[in-house]
Amino acid sequence: MTYTTNEMMTVAAARRLKNGSVCFVGIGLPSKAANLARLTSSPDVVLIYESGPIGAKPSVLPLSIGDGELAETADTVVPTAEIFRYWLQGGRIDVGFLGAAQVDRFGNINTTVVGDYHQPKVRLPGAGGAPEIAGSAKSVLIILKQSARSFVDKLDFITSVGHGEGGDSRKRLGLPGAGPVGIITDLCIMEPEAGTNEFVVTALHPGVTREQVVAATGWAIRFADSVAVTAEPTEVELTALRDLEARTAAAHGQAPGEA
Amino acid sequence: MAEILSLHDAVKRFVNDGDTVALEGFTHLIPTAAGHEIIRQGKKGLTLVRMTPDLIYDQLIGAGCARKLIFSWGGNPGVGSLHRLRDAVEKQWPHALEIEEHSHADLANAYVAGASGLPFAVLRAYAGSDLPKVNPLIKSVTCPFTGEVLAAVPSVRPDVTVIHAQKADRQGNVLLWGILGVQKEAALAARRCIVTVEEIVDNLDAPMNACVLPTWALSAVCHVPGGAHPSYAHGYTERDNRFYQAWDPIARDRETFTAWINEYIHGCADFSEFQARLAAASEAK
Repeated sequence: MTYTTNEMMTVAAARRLKNGSVCFVGIGLPSKAANLARLTSSPDVVLIYESGPIGAKPSVLPLSIGDGELAETADTVVPTAEIFRYWLQGGRIDVGFLGAAQVDRFGNINTTVVGDYHQPKVRLPGAGGAPEIAGSAKSVLIILKQSARSFVDKLDFITSVGHGEGGDSRKRLGLPGAGPVGIITDLCIMEPEAGTNEFVVTALHPGVTREQVVAATGWAIRFADSVAVTAEPTEVELTALRDLEARTAAAHGQAPGEA
Repeated sequence: MAEILSLHDAVKRFVNDGDTVALEGFTHLIPTAAGHEIIRQGKKGLTLVRMTPDLIYDQLIGAGCARKLIFSWGGNPGVGSLHRLRDAVEKQWPHALEIEEHSHADLANAYVAGASGLPFAVLRAYAGSDLPKVNPLIKSVTCPFTGEVLAAVPSVRPDVTVIHAQKADRQGNVLLWGILGVQKEAALAARRCIVTVEEIVDNLDAPMNACVLPTWALSAVCHVPGGAHPSYAHGYTERDNRFYQAWDPIARDRETFTAWINEYIHGCADFSEFQARLAAASEAK
């Protein structure tokens, strides 16, 4: 089956979610990938949304973080403060699954401003739940489309910390979680290099060249000694993804936002 | 004891110029009708608190009611930017807006602290983030038992909180369910609290452990069916996703926004007239 680069990105991200893991899901691309995982390789993944649903099993993708179907299909719905206090800060989240406007080489995330904070060129929505998800989840996955504007040499603002300044930066900051373990894009998969914790390319999606990745990265991106080629989406994965998107469009009269 | 009042009378009595106001509801149960009434009555100089400003605060900010915004995520969910918020921050229109920015975990904890009568909240947060650099109210505190350095943030204690809920009884006891957000905490953190409800019934029939706000903890209950639109009330109304999309071009431009506010808020006596006008406009299309 032919497939798009966006479909490859979502499928590659979904594969990273282990069956049975407890995942704190951001809205948009993370929610799409997490639900694809639940519908394919990881039926027992537990999806937690910051609005309060724990164990949500939506039949269509939510447009907002507080769609009614998340509550109706959840094992339980708890107050938002409890989500952050007992479930996230309490150490019960295996994977925090985040999107971003911009990332840097250490997996730090900006969702606040482009330009100066007080005189912004672009005012972005802000932190939401991400800073504490990035800090307290046992591990973090980041999914976003790759371009030199989104993969930048220096962030204008660090909203949510990844590996900070690299090396043992996270440990020195006293952060409980291991931080980002993968960045999944429409071109490749990046993972932190042992020791430096700088993100390097560990897998290219089929047909993608190193030059494409270099051109779409705002820092001098490096490649791991051995770079794999991502397995193409299977028919099962693609069918599940397309069915999910078709159900979503039919239910909402529009595609889910990817913001 | 909560009084059963019209929304007009409740806003008139309990929301004052210069107040710190929290209109809460996490995507679900957003008290839109109350936001309209605050605009209609021309309240000024408000400090608005809300985790997700959403369309309700885009309207209040664009209409010039706000002096300051305390928030943690300012977007139009699933659509994009809040253009009135951005215009106020980037271009000071209709006037300058001070912003105080937090994370969700921070504000949720700050409401819990406010409801608990504490001056500040403590949480494990912000290490490595730039937010404390631009918000001097985010400080740290050292645990006296373990020595761990934790974030300390001031509690949220609004002068008045407004929430929307499904049901009240005739005594003014309120029952809500579904995605609860921080409504209970926001209600109990405030000096005064107004609740708009879908219906007023003889008997709440609340299940044990349900989220019930007792009448004696509230100031006013107002019967405003559909008052969360374009948000929803679980079991009563659906989220109007198309309105969230339609808001984007309305709010993008100062003139179209002002015309909308004049026609749909100032030009309507109350929320039911607004609903009728909106329905007529959508039928005409």
